[in-house]
Amino acid sequence: MSSSKTASARRLFLAKLGQSAAMAATGGLLWGFMVEQQVHAAHNVIRPPGAEDADGFYAKCIKCGQCVRDCPYDTLRLAPAGMRIPIGTPYFVPREIPCYMCPDIPCKAACPTGALNPKLTKIDDARMGLAVIDMEHCLSWQGLRCEVCYRECPIQGKAIIVKNYPRKLSKHGMFVPVVQAEYCTGCGVCEKACPTEKAAIRVVQPELVEGKIGEHYRLGWKDPGRLTEEFKPYAPPSQRQEGPSGLDYLNREDEL
Amino acid sequence: MSTLESGNGGVRLGPNGRPVRPFVMPKRFTGKLWVWRYTILRRITEIGVLLLFFGTVHWGWTLFGQRILVGNLSASTLLDTVPLADPFATLQILFTGHVLQPEVLLGAAIVLVFYALLGGRVWCAWVCPVALVTDLSSWLRRRFGISPGVSISRSVRYWALGVALVLSTLTGVAAFEWVSPISMFHRELLFGAGLGWMAVAGIFVFDLFVVRDGWCGHLCPLGAFYGVVGEVALLRIRFDAPTCTHCGECAKVCPEPHVLNLKKAAEAGMIRSGECTNCGRCVVVCPEDTLSFDLRFLIRKHNLQSSSAALADSSSTVQAANQGTSS
Ligand code: SF4
Ligand code: SF4
Ligand code: SF4
Ligand code: SF4
Ligand code: SF4
Repeated sequence: MSSSKTASARRLFLAKLGQSAAMAATGGLLWGFMVEQQVHAAHNVIRPPGAEDADGFYAKCIKCGQCVRDCPYDTLRLAPAGMRIPIGTPYFVPREIPCYMCPDIPCKAACPTGALNPKLTKIDDARMGLAVIDMEHCLSWQGLRCEVCYRECPIQGKAIIVKNYPRKLSKHGMFVPVVQAEYCTGCGVCEKACPTEKAAIRVVQPELVEGKIGEHYRLGWKDPGRLTEEFKPYAPPSQRQEGPSGLDYLNREDEL
Repeated sequence: MSTLESGNGGVRLGPNGRPVRPFVMPKRFTGKLWVWRYTILRRITEIGVLLLFFGTVHWGWTLFGQRILVGNLSASTLLDTVPLADPFATLQILFTGHVLQPEVLLGAAIVLVFYALLGGRVWCAWVCPVALVTDLSSWLRRRFGISPGVSISRSVRYWALGVALVLSTLTGVAAFEWVSPISMFHRELLFGAGLGWMAVAGIFVFDLFVVRDGWCGHLCPLGAFYGVVGEVALLRIRFDAPTCTHCGECAKVCPEPHVLNLKKAAEAGMIRSGECTNCGRCVVVCPEDTLSFDLRFLIRKHNLQSSSAALADSSSTVQAANQGTSS
């Protein structure tokens, strides 16, 4: 009698526990969905120096805004809800106030969590974004002499260079700005300075615009050693390199 | 058996044989102020903390030449030297598997020790800005006699606490921090407003019409976290059992009335549950002065002292006779 009573009590308890767990799982799924929505709220947010997603910026940032407070130029803001910017995280709008690349990186120094990478010691190594030029609206690309971005860029002569570009039906060439991704920090000073109505140079997240050539392309004129040393079309299969390499593939005898 | 009906003029007697007296709000304003003392102090600390953050950055408040409080309630720096951090937010980040800087870990430890000393959910009653909103809806509820509404289990919050930690591991970001209406609220008060007020308004309406004390008393995982801290907290509400007449005035004002289980309280000599927010509402309405703030390790001593004092001065009173019959 009493043992069946405890058995049914136990069954009831287990049923209740199961129900609670199922409710927690349901709530958890909805909750997880909301979190994922927030984290991926926008692709093109420009964040303070050292805030790299690959290093777990979104995980580590506790949304305290101490970086915002310690930026001497009031560059940074903390995203409020409903802005389609990952909630509570610091960001900036280069066209309004760019990052002026303080050598002592006070924003990073203020960050208590390490969300702004403490290993970033030289501001020139920051990669907040990448400047890209809209050739169709850049004044220089229309043949005018502007080059404001080139002159304003803090990594002058490296992140932006000015190149001579021939012009049809004219013996005068154009001087056009070209961004070199290797050096651009994404500070946005160029975007702020560009005199066009809407900036013809913009900072974007590099992964939105940067491509990748791929290992199997061999630019022999840039890397001459690599071609002659590694190109062995007649080597027996056992001596060939691992992985598909374009030229090997095209010259493979066994598949002809 | 909690109350006895005695022959002398229909006066209800408590289990200790003393007449049950209701709480009466004093007529004089100074008396009222005395009853409201903890409520007033709580409003001062709640708004004061926000004001320190706001004043430091917007009006340049300093102390000894140091900025007073920079950041927000998630993490901050006191006087440009002492780091402070929300221990629950920090715990969630640790659950994502990322390594944090010592600064934030130290800050979280400082805050954790602070609340472990002052009573866990003392955060809820004395600091959390959302309490301003939920207290308002519970006041309106009492004022207009709005029906209790839907009933849900108070343990949902512990599930939410667990889910927050599991989700932090699964999503790789601090799961509660990314949706927390509490963080949205203070962040947007200090850093410029967005749509965070909608989440807070949601809590207000939910508490007002759907579930009584719905958010803070049933759902909030941060409150649950501090509830766990409160289980070992030093500052507690002492319960001086022999003086209690079981009038029930305390439970009427308590936002977590189940913690005022008078039988358990009599055994422990205090309100032991970590869900008690140390708000002091019960302390001021108790007509018998049974409840008071005290330190956990002094409670037993104080209770012994007061009951021997009660025995000593009761020899000539009516209560003494009643005590004799009821024991
Ligand atoms: S480097 Fe200087 S200007 Fe740029 S975000 Fe940091 S503090 Fe602001
Ligand atoms: S200081 Fe660090 S943790 Fe705080 S908001 Fe800025 S990046 Fe996030
Ligand atoms: S964002 Fe513009 S100004 Fe800044 S480094 Fe790059 S090219 Fe120069
Ligand atoms: S400042 Fe603007 S318009 Fe001028 S060269 Fe640079 S991108 Fe072109
Ligand atoms: S339960 Fe949550 S929202 Fe309510 S006061 Fe406590 S921490 Fe704040």
